[in-house]
Amino acid sequence: MSEVVRTTDGAATRSARRTNWARGFYRFRQNPLSVIGLVIVALLLLLALFGEYIAPYPEHLNGEVNVANRFQPPSAEFWFGTNEVGQDIFSLVLAGARISLLSGIAVIVLATLIGTFIGVIAGYFGTWLDEILMRFTDLILTLPALILAMAIAAGLGPSIPNMILALALAWWPGFARMARGEVLSSKAELYVLAARAQGAGNTRILTRHILPNITSPIIVKMSLDVGFAILAVASLGFIGIGVRPPTPEWGVMLSISRSNLPHFWWTAIFPGLAIFLSVLSFNFMGDGLRDVFDPRARR
Amino acid sequence: MSLLEINGLRLAMRSFDGETEVLRGVDLTVGENAIAGVVGETGSGKSLTGLSISRLVPTPPGRYLGGTIRFDGQDLMTASEDEMRRLRGRQIGMIFQDPTTNLNPAFRISTQMIDIAMNVAKSDPELIGAHARASRRARRAAARQRCVDLLGQVGIPDPQTRIDAYPHTFSGGMRQRVLIAMALIGQPRLLIADEPTTALDVSVQAQVLELMSSFVRERDLTMIFITHNIGVVAQLCTDVSVMNAGRVVESGNVRKVLKNPDDSYTKELLSAVMTRDTPRPTRNRAVAGAVT
Amino acid sequence: MTILQVENLTKRYVTSGGYFDRKGETITALDDVSFEVRRGESIGIVGESGSGKSTLSRIILGLEMPDSGRIVFDGTDLSTLSKRELRAIRARIQVVFQDPYASLNPRMSVRDLIAEPMEIHRDILGMSNAQITDRVAELLTLVRMEEDHMHRYPHEFSGGQRQRIGIARALACKPQLVVLDEPTSALDVSVQAQVLALLIGLQDELNLTYLFISHDLAVVRYLCQSAILIRKGKLVENAPIDDLFDAPKSDYGRMLIGAMPDIDPDKSPFRVKSQA
Repeated sequence: MSEVVRTTDGAATRSARRTNWARGFYRFRQNPLSVIGLVIVALLLLLALFGEYIAPYPEHLNGEVNVANRFQPPSAEFWFGTNEVGQDIFSLVLAGARISLLSGIAVIVLATLIGTFIGVIAGYFGTWLDEILMRFTDLILTLPALILAMAIAAGLGPSIPNMILALALAWWPGFARMARGEVLSSKAELYVLAARAQGAGNTRILTRHILPNITSPIIVKMSLDVGFAILAVASLGFIGIGVRPPTPEWGVMLSISRSNLPHFWWTAIFPGLAIFLSVLSFNFMGDGLRDVFDPRARR
Repeated sequence: MSLLEINGLRLAMRSFDGETEVLRGVDLTVGENAIAGVVGETGSGKSLTGLSISRLVPTPPGRYLGGTIRFDGQDLMTASEDEMRRLRGRQIGMIFQDPTTNLNPAFRISTQMIDIAMNVAKSDPELIGAHARASRRARRAAARQRCVDLLGQVGIPDPQTRIDAYPHTFSGGMRQRVLIAMALIGQPRLLIADEPTTALDVSVQAQVLELMSSFVRERDLTMIFITHNIGVVAQLCTDVSVMNAGRVVESGNVRKVLKNPDDSYTKELLSAVMTRDTPRPTRNRAVAGAVT
Repeated sequence: MTILQVENLTKRYVTSGGYFDRKGETITALDDVSFEVRRGESIGIVGESGSGKSTLSRIILGLEMPDSGRIVFDGTDLSTLSKRELRAIRARIQVVFQDPYASLNPRMSVRDLIAEPMEIHRDILGMSNAQITDRVAELLTLVRMEEDHMHRYPHEFSGGQRQRIGIARALACKPQLVVLDEPTSALDVSVQAQVLALLIGLQDELNLTYLFISHDLAVVRYLCQSAILIRKGKLVENAPIDDLFDAPKSDYGRMLIGAMPDIDPDKSPFRVKSQA
């Protein structure tokens, strides 16, 4: 067969894929909340990448203070007001998106990798390996995640990478259990039996047949969990073992603002809103993804 | 006199590829005490017709474009959801194909059946033979007795004890019998059975068909039997409607339609059915041996 | 000439009794089953659910090991083979499953689906990717589909087309024996007739031997030269197809033939009773 034919082959496969994407986006669009979630998530991600460049007072991000302007209420000059050392809260919230979002995403990516690996091994190979791995998973699951993360962070010392690692180590069991369950049901599918009947080995069955079919629920869970991971990052910042001041982070900002309440409400309300909005938008987006991957779950 | 009359029913389903008309003017008349077969292949609209009668097609994605469904004189297309809920189970019963997915595996048969019985007894206490003002305990006992009787009638051996078993302890045929008993609790006048024997072995299928046919004969019951299996229609039904691409292409007495079909699609469908008399293909080689 | 000999096959399962009741029950799925299949023939294996016919096909496909008995394929006793040799034999025994919706991985393109057995047995076949793609195109033509269908995904096809894809996949490695596990029972009657005609054509063209597992006696009669009946793990009848229909020797055979729904309304057992 000629090369020319093969290039058109590629194009045909691509157009088939494109139809699948279009079909998926159609299902996503059916729920307006999902679209709102997706838009906000996209905006937040843009902020996380470029927030510090569009901040009106970039110098405040490096810890510069302006005591003369402390506790200014929201105005045209300072959209979200200023804090106890006269820094522009709008600039801090913009810059805080980076740490909150990226740490939240990093926590979930890491947790997914660990959890999926353990869950897939346990589910696929079963028997004693399954028992050992899942009992260990249950053990971790019985420890309250935040307290475990606090202990790990305290042991390793407070830094952003340590915080991410600590949260991921507390977070993976959920993914492990889910991956195991998905593998168990996927393993029983007829097409897996068909592959075995053709003589396929474990590696092939895992990589070609099982993993591609369990990615959708994992992606949905990731999206839903990122919201809560952002919350966890903020919580650790709030209690002072995650991100340390003066690094701008929403949890830390909330924590400091406690002593300014109720009079200087804007110091708390805007970082709080930022956390609220990101948790909510990731959840909305996750719901939309679920519609795309498993249309039977709704409607 | 006809119990059910469907005229020009049109239903569209919305999806990514746009809206498609899946029922394109269905006409169906079912006389009292008839066993009306509805046959058709995948996508013919036979199941959606059945679901439309009890108004169980979700809208959206479904959208009715027109037509009427008259049940005992009442127009179901304009009935409110409340009225429909009263009709379902009491006047119109349904049995679906897969007996494994229609029984909740987490509850005993008794729990599931008595629940239905107590519910129908709210509108008609006669059904369980206990007075509406009797104590809840007395009504439950009566409901249980009614369910045990029904299980006995559909041929479940030892119903008194089997009623307390969980669904997974029943075989496929027995589960289907349980579902039939459940559909009969409210003494519906019309029973819509959607492929109720498709998942069963032929010998079990024969027993279930016999059961259904005797019920229709002995009770004041009318049945719509939706299936792709023409053999089953021939055995069980008094009338048959053949559906293709969202329309009824031919309907009438089962003998007339199956023996002297007028419609070309009906003829085609009948000729495709494999029976013990279907001529076998001639093979190019006589039994091949030493080739290769 | 015999291509497959099944000798005294027995398989038992022990059901796990759960945590509190450790003693499980023993279920005999196959009890001393023996039969032979001649090359180029179709043999029907008929039984109802739980009869053991699925277990039999799984053992022949090498997906499960029998407790006792042996399978001789083309003169080789499969139990004497090493894992490697067994894998090579697998290429020559292929299967088409009943459910064309569940037996094709929804995330693989038709090309990848049909190519898979050739990729698995690449060491024996020695085919390059381009050769495999060419062979996929050839196979699609063989099952009366278009070469372009290669780039689509299973969900874009009807049940009958999917079953053709399943057949193309089974034929990829040029097998001698094909196990057909109820290949048409999930299909509409009109489609069923087409798929059966295709199977018969392919059998003539490629000199295939079919092991046709079914509960539908009418279809077995149409396709097969002989049939065995299995009930509760035991072989109850093994006869040429016409003998089975004209004079079934076992009660089970008589019952199965009697229960076949006839499309003539006048032959209905219920109707006769109701008129009487």
